[in-house]
Amino acid sequence: MKSKSTFIAAVTVCASLQLTSAAEITGKIILKGTPPPEKNIDGLKNDPTCGKSYTEMPTTHFYLVGKGGELADTFVYIKAGAKPTDAPATAVTLDQVGCQYQPYVFGLQTKQKLLVKNSDPVLHNIHVTPKAAGNKESNQAQMAKGPDLNKSFDASEIFLTFKCDVHPWMFAYACVVDHPYYAVSGKDGTFKIANLPPGKYTIEAAHRKAGAVSKEITVTGDNQTVNFEIELKPAQ
Amino acid sequence: MPRSSQNPWLHGFAVLTACATLGLIALGGLVTSHGVGMAVPDWPTTYGYNMFLFPISQWVGGIFYEHTHRLMASGVGLLTGVLAVWLWLKESRRWVRWLGASAFFLVVLQGILGGLRVTLYKDEIGIFHATLAQMFFTLLCSLALFTSAGWRRLTKTPIQLSSRLERGLLVATLLILGQLILGATMRHQHAGLAVPDFPLAYGKILPPTDAKSIEAINQHRSDVRDYKPVTAFQIVLHMTHRMVAFSVLLLVGWLAVVARRELRAGFGFARWMYAWVALIVMLALLGAATVWSNKAADVATAHVVLGALNLAFGSLLSIATLNCARLASKSVIVASEAAGIGSSLSPARSFVATR
Repeated sequence: MKSKSTFIAAVTVCASLQLTSAAEITGKIILKGTPPPEKNIDGLKNDPTCGKSYTEMPTTHFYLVGKGGELADTFVYIKAGAKPTDAPATAVTLDQVGCQYQPYVFGLQTKQKLLVKNSDPVLHNIHVTPKAAGNKESNQAQMAKGPDLNKSFDASEIFLTFKCDVHPWMFAYACVVDHPYYAVSGKDGTFKIANLPPGKYTIEAAHRKAGAVSKEITVTGDNQTVNFEIELKPAQ
Repeated sequence: MPRSSQNPWLHGFAVLTACATLGLIALGGLVTSHGVGMAVPDWPTTYGYNMFLFPISQWVGGIFYEHTHRLMASGVGLLTGVLAVWLWLKESRRWVRWLGASAFFLVVLQGILGGLRVTLYKDEIGIFHATLAQMFFTLLCSLALFTSAGWRRLTKTPIQLSSRLERGLLVATLLILGQLILGATMRHQHAGLAVPDFPLAYGKILPPTDAKSIEAINQHRSDVRDYKPVTAFQIVLHMTHRMVAFSVLLLVGWLAVVARRELRAGFGFARWMYAWVALIVMLALLGAATVWSNKAADVATAHVVLGALNLAFGSLLSIATLNCARLASKSVIVASEAAGIGSSLSPARSFVATR
């Protein structure tokens, strides 16, 4: 009995040490260069149902860029060096509101549950078009305010496409990794990855249009700031 | 039951079926042009309904195009079935009866391919489905030709053609078929805008295909339909389509000039050749307009429809003229045997219509 208590205490101490030595990686994504102008989504504005949700012309949002070049919707993740972990029990939610997906870019772990909701008063089809072997293509109907659909993915894949063919302007992109060390940059271009254990890693910032930039980092237990610059090449 | 090769009502029905098929190709073109081929995720049902009972209130967005395409396809299937049975019962020429049966087999195959495209998620099936549609339309047009009074006149009209004209017609028709396959591949590989300018390509004669340039192209590519990133393969495919189009235009233009020179100026064949050239010029202009309009669905679909007409026109013209040439060679052999000259005449060098 005594040896069992000692063992539990030792494990607890080790776990606490691990937590205290885990670091937080924060940073900002800056876009260099001028992105192309966004396009008006006439089909959405003219849609008899969803168009009512918009007083102004809705546009694409390929590049959400702040005045200082702060780039949103960039997926920042540990590309190499992280050990795979079990998927968390909590589900990630992808909703359809005003005939647009929310969020546009999101992350989740392999085998983690993804709930696809339809908050719209119209039907959609949820067409998932993965590229990685192990993730299967699917195309399911979801009626107006119909029951949620459950999805999960077995293989890692960055920017796995969700689309609605009923409303051909609707796209969302899932970034699936086999560990919890990822984040999506906000409108201010910042991101935060928490609880990263000590070690050497490759961290990557990937934007669906602008491309990806990688860096090597060594985590020793102290929090770190890792900033990225993604450069747009001149238009052809 | 009396059979005949002269049945105006049957001919009219064949024309009706061919016209309905052209309409179906237009609807199919709209489905692909709008990128809504998967808007109805199930088949043969539609959102779980019997497709003929799917509520009209639900025909929204991309569903409208895909669902009406399916309904019209059912109509064309029915028309083709009636045509095949009608031909089987009333047509005296066995080979025409079998062509009718082949058309029915093809329309059933087309329907199944369309369904499998949806349920198996295969773009490749879409390419085959699109190509077969054009060939099916050509088959129906040929049935309309074979059941017409004009065909009966043509079977009594020998024309001596040079071997280069004969070969040229065949090559041009096959080249157009190849071009349609390229076009279908482009559309289903989303390469229609892989090169977004015309007549230049990214401002150059030959577009860049190196990795850095492709990266820059994709960084600046922006479209509501959020197409997949451009690849070097897509650019090559697109440019090949342009080059083959140019080759077809040159070849058919040359054939028209040759036909005009070798046949009498007023003869119909040369005039039909010029009509074919005009059709190809219009097709090329619509192809350019497709690029200039950022692949507007109606323009791209008009390009597809005119492509189908082009293949049918070229095929029918080739069939008709080659048939007349076959008659001419037969009559030359018969005449020479009657005169005791023998059958060793070389192909005619001067081309005179012997009507």
